[in-house]
Amino acid sequence: MIGASLGAAAYERASEISAILAVANPVGDRRLARLSSRPDVVLALSGIGISFGGVKALSDVDLEVEVGEIRAVIGPNGAGKSSLINIISGLYHADRGRIAIGGQSFSRVPASRLARLGVARTFQNLALFGGLSVRNNIACGRVHTRRASFVEHIAGLPRARSEDAGIAEKTDQIVAFLHLESVADRLVATLPYGLQKRVELARALVAEPKLLLLDEPMAGLTATEKAEMAGFVRAARDRHGVTIILIEHDIGVVMGLSDRVAVLDYGRKIADGTPAEVRADPAVIRAYIGTAEGENGEDIR
Amino acid sequence: MAVQALDAARLPVDWAKLVQKLALATALFVVAYGVVPAYASGYLVEAILLPFLALSLAAVGLNLLTGYCGQLSLGSSAFMAVGAFGAYNFNLRVEGLPLAVTMILAGISAAGFGVVFGLPSLRLRGFYLAVSTLAAQFFGQWALTKFGWFSNDNPSGVISAPHLAVAGLSLDSATGRYLLSVTTVMVLTALVWRLVNSATGRNFIAVRDNETAARVIGVPVLRTKLLAFAISSFIIGIAGVLWAFTYLRTVEPAGFNLDRSFQILFIIIIGGLASIRGAFLGAAFIVVLPLFLSRLGAFLFGGLFDSGVLDMSQRIVLGALIIIFLIAEPSGLSALFDRLKRRIGSRSS
Repeated sequence: MIGASLGAAAYERASEISAILAVANPVGDRRLARLSSRPDVVLALSGIGISFGGVKALSDVDLEVEVGEIRAVIGPNGAGKSSLINIISGLYHADRGRIAIGGQSFSRVPASRLARLGVARTFQNLALFGGLSVRNNIACGRVHTRRASFVEHIAGLPRARSEDAGIAEKTDQIVAFLHLESVADRLVATLPYGLQKRVELARALVAEPKLLLLDEPMAGLTATEKAEMAGFVRAARDRHGVTIILIEHDIGVVMGLSDRVAVLDYGRKIADGTPAEVRADPAVIRAYIGTAEGENGEDIR
Repeated sequence: MAVQALDAARLPVDWAKLVQKLALATALFVVAYGVVPAYASGYLVEAILLPFLALSLAAVGLNLLTGYCGQLSLGSSAFMAVGAFGAYNFNLRVEGLPLAVTMILAGISAAGFGVVFGLPSLRLRGFYLAVSTLAAQFFGQWALTKFGWFSNDNPSGVISAPHLAVAGLSLDSATGRYLLSVTTVMVLTALVWRLVNSATGRNFIAVRDNETAARVIGVPVLRTKLLAFAISSFIIGIAGVLWAFTYLRTVEPAGFNLDRSFQILFIIIIGGLASIRGAFLGAAFIVVLPLFLSRLGAFLFGGLFDSGVLDMSQRIVLGALIIIFLIAEPSGLSALFDRLKRRIGSRSS
């Protein structure tokens, strides 16, 4: 009896180990371990793959992001840019690969702990709280720092009040930084699109993240608004020291703004380097410009 | 210190508005505690004010859940029933329990019931959640009828209001019950007002407006939803106590049926979602509408307009109004009220 159950246990153990070995990627794991132990690497992706109903949206993507850089990820429509940002923020779970954020390694990033991990993001299609004022939308960005319970809030106890005061102060600073004073008390849903985009940036910045993920922050903006937004993104890095991942369709903006650029095409990373290197890369010219210029008339130079 | 200075700079005190608010609050107190008890007829109190107050409170509770937190519920009537039968049993089985404690315990029972039936909200949304809250409705009514213990083995499951007293002062008269009701409603409404203007209230709105974004910025979505169910059910439960003890005085489980849940939902749709004032406007409308229709019907059609016709016409008018409000004014009477106030303000200035 005992022998049989021991045998069964050993068999289960062995099959578990072989299952782990089958999935594990020792080379990638070692690379991730090396990268995530480096203090200057904020985020490291290793061998990320995800498919939706048989369509491979991403396969074997590596990416590392260093402290204080503006890292752009570009690619034609459907290249997997948004999938990548959704995997980093835990909204999608990768089928393969690991993600290291600030030294902690995950196969699935817990979205509900994202803010406490020091990561904030914006969304490609606005994701604001339409029923709240601009100021309250921004204040929500610091909700992860709150500890007071609803009873303390109703009773107006000291902890709730000092939290409110602290968050109001931070909110005011961001409102001033992004020039939103004149609309701060308006319902966010009544603002024009360009300003709503800016409020979303404010809500992400107020969390004082180490890593900021921007999902097409320029999409749908006018040329003036794009220039303004680029200025804000650069200022956020320069003044607050935040590391930025920028997903963008508009190549002109990316080339001027970012320190390093990764290019995705059909779910694979085809190039990675400084804007100048990427611009000269024949694979990029073939894959990206060949299609993008034909469709959208965008010019990489 | 610095923060206070900043706040003061940002919000220059608007004295005119402050005086106006104080005057309004004083007027409310004078009417609630002076004019109504002194001058209101027994009919006005018994047939209009008591149901109005209980329904308003239930609507405030549902508005917290549906209007602010975006979780559609059709179980309000069951939460009222749990409150009413809970208060009856606490009062019956615990000797000398003060009325306030009885009501709070009843509210807590309803909150527990609400949390259990709020669990599906962690997975379901909108219409599907509403259907799952129907389970609370049917289960509540079934359990209260099936187990005689809840109604102290009354053969038809009927419970009667106990003797109501606070600090030895009897509140059994119409005026006494009114005072109990109006005080409860004012206190709870004030607490809800504090809640919806706090960080917790903003979490409710965040979950309603964009659940994904709320999760990513660190709003504890699951906890927030369950909290909304708990607080909302607590308030609706106490509204159930008022409904049973101050208004009807004797109720059976069938009195808390699906129709009542719909009635409370209609109140917040007509009054205005995510508006405390809307809950009161909607409740006033729902209470006064049948009286108004019966007067109008009697005036226009005389004897032809009997209670059957009244019931039908009431349903038709209510149904039509819901459709009109949903299309033309989704923010309800509360928004209409604001617009009216602005128009009068702009005309007088």
